[in-house]
Amino acid sequence: MNGVIAGITVRGMLGRRRALLLLLLPLALVGLAVALRATGNATEEITAVLLQRFGIATLLPLVALIAASGVLGTEIDDGSFVFLLSKPISRPVILDTKLAVAAGLVALFAALPVLVAGLVMVGTEGGLALGFFAGALAGSAAYGAIFVLINVLTRHAVVAGLVYALIWETLVGGFIPGARQLSVQQWALSVADWVATSPAVHAEVALMAALGLLAVATVGATVLAGQRLRSLSIAGEA
Amino acid sequence: MTTIEVDHASRWYGNVVAVNDVSMDVGPGVTGLLGPNGAGKSTLLHMMSGFLAPSIGAVRVGGRRAWHDHDLYRQIGLVPERDAVYGYLTGWELALASARLHGLPRPEQAARRALAMVELEAARDRRVDTYSKGMRQRAKVAAALVHEPEVLLLDEPFNGMDPRQRLHMMDLVRRMGDEGRTVLFSSHILEEVERVAEHIQVIVAGRLAASGDFREIRRLMTDRPHVFTIRSSDDRRLATALIADTSTAGVEVGTDGLRVQAIDFGQFTWLVPRIARDLDIGLREVRPADESLESVFSYLVAR
Repeated sequence: MNGVIAGITVRGMLGRRRALLLLLLPLALVGLAVALRATGNATEEITAVLLQRFGIATLLPLVALIAASGVLGTEIDDGSFVFLLSKPISRPVILDTKLAVAAGLVALFAALPVLVAGLVMVGTEGGLALGFFAGALAGSAAYGAIFVLINVLTRHAVVAGLVYALIWETLVGGFIPGARQLSVQQWALSVADWVATSPAVHAEVALMAALGLLAVATVGATVLAGQRLRSLSIAGEA
Repeated sequence: MTTIEVDHASRWYGNVVAVNDVSMDVGPGVTGLLGPNGAGKSTLLHMMSGFLAPSIGAVRVGGRRAWHDHDLYRQIGLVPERDAVYGYLTGWELALASARLHGLPRPEQAARRALAMVELEAARDRRVDTYSKGMRQRAKVAAALVHEPEVLLLDEPFNGMDPRQRLHMMDLVRRMGDEGRTVLFSSHILEEVERVAEHIQVIVAGRLAASGDFREIRRLMTDRPHVFTIRSSDDRRLATALIADTSTAGVEVGTDGLRVQAIDFGQFTWLVPRIARDLDIGLREVRPADESLESVFSYLVAR
């Protein structure tokens, strides 16, 4: 971790229009929770569906994608990353710092709103709010690492990330049960299921498998991204 | 004293060769890397700054391989061509961040000194994205100089600057060279290189075309055969007189004038108006046909 890099990165993320984008989705989630509560629809089942479908399956990957491409992808694209690369700091340290900022932002703009939405709807009932919060936190690190890796690997990171999050996890996972074993969403849900006591949460991946896969995905993507960044070439115009 | 050594370095992307078997040593003082756009200057500069690995060959700075060595940046200051900097930082914050990232013991002092060097103190508290192109360039130079590097690499540093800013930047680059630093800058404009650099490396189509003292290369460029197109009141009589002189290698008479190949530029340009006056021939047009930088470069390559 490098404090100066973290400071610059956070300012870059929060000082620009991207911050609005980061705020929009969580506000929608909390707004929806308030509306459901106000209209008397805040049952445990509906809360679990909202936090899973909107919180874990939509908000979490989208915020992670925006954060990852914001902390790294745009800088690589526009060339401002050269400022950091031309300093006597090892590239894995630069990457770890960027990743920590991305994961922190996801926790702030996705996991925390999930907690707030859960508390608004059912309070502490069934441990739903806390359960989904824990799941979202675990997912923040994994999604953060995976999307940062994608940003190091390709210039079309947003498209690749969307394809992964929406097509693989949502569409393929919806039809092919086996694919769900390889889904950050499902791993996060397993954590949520473990923490929550409510029967409204159904996880398909066993907890130990989910924790193991979360760790492998997070650490693996971080190490791989660090290695790729070490060999990242900044090509000239010609 | 730090030297940049490029040792038979090539770099290709797929089947496109950007830099082709280039060897050069760049020592203290200002060296201009001159070549037309797309010649491979940036690729070479990126290899020297450790951002790109040579496909074959080696690039060393102070005896150390540039690729995969982040500690080397203690010795190198890099001013990239692309304009992108963290525009939401002020000039002061950018220089200070650079000093802190270099782990300097007194970052504030170093940042202040660097901003003074590029005369940006008055605008130090303004955000970089409110700066003019020239000011942004100077902010980048300040960030690159903050640790007083032995080697300074600048990619097209004068691009997009107005004449005053350009003079100021040229002065700064010369000063860096006078202090004994190894300064290398790329440019596609001959006059820029002529005014700033003591040494010159000419790169054309990925190859090193000429290398050495600027005046020597300038003479080579001036003494090359020049082709002129001339239109006059009596083309044939003029052609006869021109071919009689040793400064002319050939004359072609066409329907729209003469195409003359001169081998002694100085003698030829002195001769033409004289002959015209002596023979009472009216000159309507005397135009060099191959004055583009590319033609100068391709002549150097062919030699």
